[in-house]
Amino acid sequence: MDDLDRKIITATQSGLPLVKNPYEIIAKTLNIEVTLLKQRMNNMLENGQIRRIGAVPNHYKLGYTANAMSVWDVSDDKINELGQQLGALSFVSHCYERPRFLPEWPYNLFAMVHGKNKEEVMQQIQQIVTLLGKDCSAYELLYSKQILKKTGLRLKDKNT
Amino acid sequence: MPMDEIDRRIINSLQGNFPIVDNPYQQVAEQLGIQQEDLLKRLELLLENKTLTRFGPMYDIQKLGGNFSLCAIRVPAEHFDEVAAIVNSFSEVAHNYERDHEFNMWFVLATESLQKIDQVNRSIEEKTGLKVYNMPKLQEFFVGLHFQA
Repeated sequence: MDDLDRKIITATQSGLPLVKNPYEIIAKTLNIEVTLLKQRMNNMLENGQIRRIGAVPNHYKLGYTANAMSVWDVSDDKINELGQQLGALSFVSHCYERPRFLPEWPYNLFAMVHGKNKEEVMQQIQQIVTLLGKDCSAYELLYSKQILKKTGLRLKDKNT
Repeated sequence: MPMDEIDRRIINSLQGNFPIVDNPYQQVAEQLGIQQEDLLKRLELLLENKTLTRFGPMYDIQKLGGNFSLCAIRVPAEHFDEVAAIVNSFSEVAHNYERDHEFNMWFVLATESLQKIDQVNRSIEEKTGLKVYNMPKLQEFFVGLHFQA
């Protein structure tokens, strides 16, 4: 990432302007050609620095009020395959392998699941249980009780 | 004002693939069969009433050079508020959630360097007298989700 990429990121990370020519407006504020801006953004999209461009819904507002962190103890030699399969489920938003801390924390596969109520989440969990089968020896669900702090993950502008 | 069918279509079809072209809203409006002005007005309202948290590029901050880790602490109930205040006082703590488990405090650290993650966790351990379980991701299988409106 060079200085121009950084400037583009800080200029767009809170959102695109709602005008008919948003890229032109951003290019103007950065004092660059719009073709260069589009090229840089296309590059970042290609190499994954931009995950996607579009609407980010507030899932609580859409009725997804049951959100749980599900954690699974799966065989290490199967984790790649199983992690991919879990990540592909429509109700899983984040799926990661993380380190265990034995004996108190045996879980190495984390999947955030989202449903409109706890019953729906339980059905989703049952689906995962079936999918993992005998490769999973234990699991737990951790529902969030309270948000204690939440600040956006933002890149700081170097010049400020 | 509750969402109508057009709002739902906008939300469901616009969670990615917004084009990088000179008149992107016009292109999207045509695909949705609505007027550009209508699309812009609706997006504005959906943002205003917080149905959408944002409209634009979602960056993978880790790929841009940041470091992140998910950390957990088993906090005794009687010290919970006190420990939450200590943990939240670190600017590197981006999110912190209480969860219904023996491991009841889960926070995300965001730092510019890897060493800083360990430094912050050591300070938290010193100030709270509790062990911090540092659980950085070893592998990412999936991030994203299409929420159906």
